[in-house]
Amino acid sequence: MVSDAATATPAGRRGRSPLIPGFGLTLGYTMVYLSLVVLIPLSATFIRSLDLGWGHFWAVVTAPRVLASLRLSFGAALLAAAVNALFGLIISWVLVRYTFPFKRLIDAMVDLPFALPTAVAGIALTALYAPNGWLGSLLQPLGIQVAFTPLGVVIALIFIGLPFVVRTLQPVLEELDKDVEQVAATLGASEWQTFARVILPALWPALLTGFALAFARAVGEYGSVIFIAGNMPMRSEIAPLLIITKLEQYDYAGATAIAVVMLILSFALMLGINALQSWALTRNGGR
Amino acid sequence: MDAPALAVNTELAAALSLGGGRRRGFRWGRLLLIVAALAFLAAFLLLPLLVVFAQALSKGVSVYLAAVSDPVAWAAIKLTLLVAAIAVPMNLVFGVAAAWAITKFEFRGKSTLITLIDLPFAVSPVIAGLTYVLIFGARGWFGPYLQEHDIHVVFAVPGIVLATVFVTFPFVARELIPVMQALGKDDEETALSLGASGWQTFWQVTLPNIRWGLLYGVLLCNARAMGEFGAVSVVSGHIRGLTNTMPLHVEILYNEYNYAAAFAVASLLALLALLTLAAKSILEWRQPELRNGARLLREKTLRGKP
Repeated sequence: MVSDAATATPAGRRGRSPLIPGFGLTLGYTMVYLSLVVLIPLSATFIRSLDLGWGHFWAVVTAPRVLASLRLSFGAALLAAAVNALFGLIISWVLVRYTFPFKRLIDAMVDLPFALPTAVAGIALTALYAPNGWLGSLLQPLGIQVAFTPLGVVIALIFIGLPFVVRTLQPVLEELDKDVEQVAATLGASEWQTFARVILPALWPALLTGFALAFARAVGEYGSVIFIAGNMPMRSEIAPLLIITKLEQYDYAGATAIAVVMLILSFALMLGINALQSWALTRNGGR
Repeated sequence: MDAPALAVNTELAAALSLGGGRRRGFRWGRLLLIVAALAFLAAFLLLPLLVVFAQALSKGVSVYLAAVSDPVAWAAIKLTLLVAAIAVPMNLVFGVAAAWAITKFEFRGKSTLITLIDLPFAVSPVIAGLTYVLIFGARGWFGPYLQEHDIHVVFAVPGIVLATVFVTFPFVARELIPVMQALGKDDEETALSLGASGWQTFWQVTLPNIRWGLLYGVLLCNARAMGEFGAVSVVSGHIRGLTNTMPLHVEILYNEYNYAAAFAVASLLALLALLTLAAKSILEWRQPELRNGARLLREKTLRGKP
């Protein structure tokens, strides 16, 4: 319905619209502002890391404490994204397919992690899961300690990442053709068979995208994590916190080296998400 | 295929060949899924929200009011409002300019540009803060020059504004681009052909068309700007009453074991979050397509690739 200018225009006719003004002004301003705010500062990080020299750089990023923090940041983010993929799928399914009281309110609540400042989320989760907290006191007798352990990091990252999965899946679920499921049911497929063979294959690309977005956000997360993590070196210290620690010790080189490693991994992830989405779109035949 | 007939078929199949047992099983499954979803949301979203207000009022209303009306807390509130009042308009102007260039014209590298606009979302806030320290800090590129001329960027308000601008950079642009893409350029071309100037067209034709999308982007941008913690934490220097924003003030109170006061200030931020969610829901109710804007944008740019 919406004619896409990018695809509708014949390949040969590029350049300015004959009527609408402001191409130079708006694109120029966009490029200058983008460069000043984002591109130049980010490239400064890469350039500063060159001061280190390869040997020093390698020594910094392979130090046991740095490796442990990177392992925790990426490992906990991966685990949290996996939990979010599972429960995000259930939540978006329930929100799209079923009716129950307060559904609209609950739907709106899903965006809370986008709107609630991360520091507030951090202290709230800590109060909740501390040994004397509402949930922590229930888990304590079971021998499960959440606050001030790596498990606490995972909990905080689940909070941060949930809306990414739900909001990516919801529109895809809404567009799914119910007729196909009904056909599957009339042909004798069980509920589970219909889900596994008909619904899940259609959801895969969106589920992967939501997973990747939640993962990408969780890797760099700081505010919601530092309160609940306990921040013990080698055990529950995340990589962004180690960057701040190094900065506070005026170890700019060390901080920059960790930052560069994280940036490279995050950018690779972002390219992966883009590739994933173009693959999903071509697979669906531009429907 | 005839949909109503099919629906009747399904019901028949369920009622005749499969009997009542499967229907009941289906209902139990549905109930189980709803309970699982609601329990997860309660544990991860509702309880953290409630605990903020419970802790804030745990020492009584007078302690709450004292914490919120403390001069240092007020300085933090004012700084937070000031930073948002600078950062949000900056990204608003950028968002409009970027959306105009991207949706009204064809040019090489458009999808790369859109990816670059999204770049700050892939960067840890702490690294965003670090980049500005590397440029403007005492040992940064411009450090010696700035010291010579007694200009303070890092550990001062300009640094906090810059870090906030970085982390909220994509919000307005990515909400506005799909809205303007969907509107097309017919209205503008009509106005221009009738003799309106470029600015007149923008103010009187484009702006009224995009006002809800613009408001939506500003809302999300503002929520993040007022709540940003990691990036601001790196560049602020934590000087009480001077460079502490509300989230940083919460952290300091919390680390001093002054929990009731920390949660009292945090409850103001939680109220802001709830207001944002309410306004966002109202906008989505008025303009349902706003909700899927960013996703549509991503699909469009990827499809636009040759």
